[in-house]
Amino acid sequence: MTTLTGRRPRWGRIGLIVYMVAAFVYLFTPVVLVIVFGFNDNRGRFNFTWVGFTWDHWRNVFFGETFGGVPGVFDALVSSLRLAFLSSLGATALGTFIALALVRYRFKGRSAANVALFLPMATPEVVMGSSLLALFIALRFPLGFPSLLVAHILFNISYVVVTVKARLQGFDRHLEEAAMDLYANEWETFRRVTLPMIMPGVFAAFLLGFALSFDDFIISNFVAGPTEVTFPLWIWGAAQRGIPPEVNVLGTLVFLTTVSLMLANILWQRRRA
Amino acid sequence: MTTTAAVTGRRRWVPYLLMAPGGLWLLIFYFVPIARLVEVSLQSGIFPRYRFTWEVGNYLRLFTDFLPHLQRSLLYGLGATLIGLLIAYPLAYGIAFRGGRYKNLLLVLLLMPFLMPFLLRTLSWRIILADNGPVVEALRTVGLLGADGRLLATGVAVVAGITYNFLPFTTLPIYVSLEKIDRSLIEAANDLYASPVVAFWKVTFPLSMPGVVAGSLLTGIPAIGDYVNAELLGTPEQYMLGNVIQSRFLRVLDYPSAAALSFSLMLAILLILIPYIRATGTEDLVA
Repeated sequence: MTTLTGRRPRWGRIGLIVYMVAAFVYLFTPVVLVIVFGFNDNRGRFNFTWVGFTWDHWRNVFFGETFGGVPGVFDALVSSLRLAFLSSLGATALGTFIALALVRYRFKGRSAANVALFLPMATPEVVMGSSLLALFIALRFPLGFPSLLVAHILFNISYVVVTVKARLQGFDRHLEEAAMDLYANEWETFRRVTLPMIMPGVFAAFLLGFALSFDDFIISNFVAGPTEVTFPLWIWGAAQRGIPPEVNVLGTLVFLTTVSLMLANILWQRRRA
Repeated sequence: MTTTAAVTGRRRWVPYLLMAPGGLWLLIFYFVPIARLVEVSLQSGIFPRYRFTWEVGNYLRLFTDFLPHLQRSLLYGLGATLIGLLIAYPLAYGIAFRGGRYKNLLLVLLLMPFLMPFLLRTLSWRIILADNGPVVEALRTVGLLGADGRLLATGVAVVAGITYNFLPFTTLPIYVSLEKIDRSLIEAANDLYASPVVAFWKVTFPLSMPGVVAGSLLTGIPAIGDYVNAELLGTPEQYMLGNVIQSRFLRVLDYPSAAALSFSLMLAILLILIPYIRATGTEDLVA
């Protein structure tokens, strides 16, 4: 590239680099503020102006009477983790099979299936949440963990399909054909050749589903019912009264955990590749 | 992709079997509820007894009572999408063409902020745009904002929040399509004495259109339907259609009018979506 651009002044390139630095500062500012305000020695209920530095909220999160330091927040975290794990597991299983069918087979209705899978991603969450709530009410389906699980599996499926499809399209078909030539049947070929090869993609899809589910607010707000409280729903409720800085600490912990999981997955994918 | 020619009779049902569990889930919990939403939207009565009466009046209320909300949904949603594209394009371009060996690192950095819980990230904007905050102070000094002018609790804050929250959905598709471009095409333009600016507008930009379209859809659809940013960063004066749907479903318990508004929102989005996809010639985006 340098031979192409080396002749003219480099102002364009320098401008682009300055722009990118500014863009990343913009992207990270809100995140840094959440982390910093976990150390704020705030006065009163609200935590929007900086007062002074303190470790109190971090101490309270780990050594308070309950983990999290604020009543209810630990249960909300557990509820979210359980929901994210189970819904992503379910969606990963359902979505991986769909992705296999779409990439490996030519069949009648294939393009219709592609459109049908795109639609949930193109539907605003309020519409999806409200229509599900209307259905659950009509069916007298119990609102709470079961309805949340159903909804979260639903909105995760399309994202899993997209992720696994990308991995499947990228690898060599001949290995599967070789297995079949050596008299492995469909199931054996899938288990011993296909699955190990697409595993990084499947795992990435699981992580994506986990993250989407853990962070979902809008659809959960519709279908959670009066008693089940996930972490985002808890924050929403607390925001009306003023969010204690302990929540910033928990947010920071969530952030650090997911960042390390993401980095670990990248390293793992790189080793497999 | 000439394989799978050897589809034997035994294998023909395999794809359907693979599709069945997920497909049924989608049918029962996505397509059936959307169809039922239409039915509920034509009901009338008083909670909890609603009956199907072809009550078209539920839809007319969109124009009599909630027109400002619809207008704000479109204004804020489309505005945020446009601003998002303007922020995202140079960023995606920089990562794809100038990232070099730091490309993967930059992609990770692009996604990282969005691992912070959504609501906390949004509430941060209250600090950034606060009345005594740095942004307001700066704008007052430059004279863009009056002495008692504010950003928080205005449409600006809502648009800022929406733009920020959906930025990875705007940037990633643009990056992917820029990354796919065959570099020799740009070199060819340069060899034929096109200036870098001309080469960009005649070669790079048209080839990145699928990404721009995908990015604007992935941003615009949730942006138009959003109500969290209006609730946390605005006041009832900034409420969008999503806020109305949410409150009529969960607080007022007026399901028919909420369903009508919900379905109207989806129709409004489709009315924008279909001509947009047609005009940009990216129907294969879906497949």
